[in-house]
Amino acid sequence: MVTAVAEPAPVADRMDPDSRRWLDRLGAHGRERDAALAELRELLLRAARFEVQKRCAVLSQIRGGDQEDLAQQSAGDAMVAVLSKLDDFRGESKFTTWAYKFALYEAAAKIRKLAWQGREVPLEAEEWPQVRDPGLAPQGEVEMNDLLAAIRQEIDARLTPRQREVLVALALNEVPIDVLAERMDTTRGALYKVLHDARQSLRAALAKRGLDPEQQQTEESP
Amino acid sequence: MNEPTRENRLVGRLLGPEGPELSCERCFEELDRYVELELAGSDADAAIPGMRAHLEGCSACAEDHESLRALVEQGSS
Repeated sequence: MVTAVAEPAPVADRMDPDSRRWLDRLGAHGRERDAALAELRELLLRAARFEVQKRCAVLSQIRGGDQEDLAQQSAGDAMVAVLSKLDDFRGESKFTTWAYKFALYEAAAKIRKLAWQGREVPLEAEEWPQVRDPGLAPQGEVEMNDLLAAIRQEIDARLTPRQREVLVALALNEVPIDVLAERMDTTRGALYKVLHDARQSLRAALAKRGLDPEQQQTEESP
Repeated sequence: MNEPTRENRLVGRLLGPEGPELSCERCFEELDRYVELELAGSDADAAIPGMRAHLEGCSACAEDHESLRALVEQGSS
């Protein structure tokens, strides 16, 4: 957990009949289990194809045959994950919804990594924007420039080198978190914790300066 | 409400959401329940505190949420 949010209360057994049937069949032996595994594979493949098609609509470098390979690989990896975590399924959602998320996660992470294959991951600030936004009123533009300048100074002054690299790569250079996690040999969750701590440090530093980002003027020019 | 400007989106990415939020791991654990509560018209944010803030702060989890919601919605329509 990143910050203090209450743990959920223990769940009563309120599993719906279809989900219960999935668990019973996957826990059975012989033909019944084989049939359930085949159905699960189809379910995961449907979810993986959904994600691949959605993302590849904007990614021209992943072609038709590769898309199907990607969906099959994602479904396979999701199958392993689902079967290893069956005991974690608490029946708080339908089994199918619970299973879908594994396939979507696998497919999305694979596509993000493919899209960045062969590209250098920038860990240094490539370019800080100069505020020249026609959507901002002149006063808002001045305040936004001041806020960005303060953030930039505090990034250099307050953050550890690791926090700086992670924040700059993810927030400024918009490197996908799965890609950065792979390059840094860590996990999405571990990186997000670093990002979260960096953001908290920056917010605290800005508060000391009397700056409130939520009050930042964003009104449009007439 | 006006669309956030490019700079406001950048500030949002740099500073993240205000207040407590779930981790990526907890977000993944709760995502299926959150989506079903949303689609049922229940108050998903009250049921799973910290989820909305995390989805605002983590673009990858937000994309996973969007996809799961769309897929479940498609299956039930």
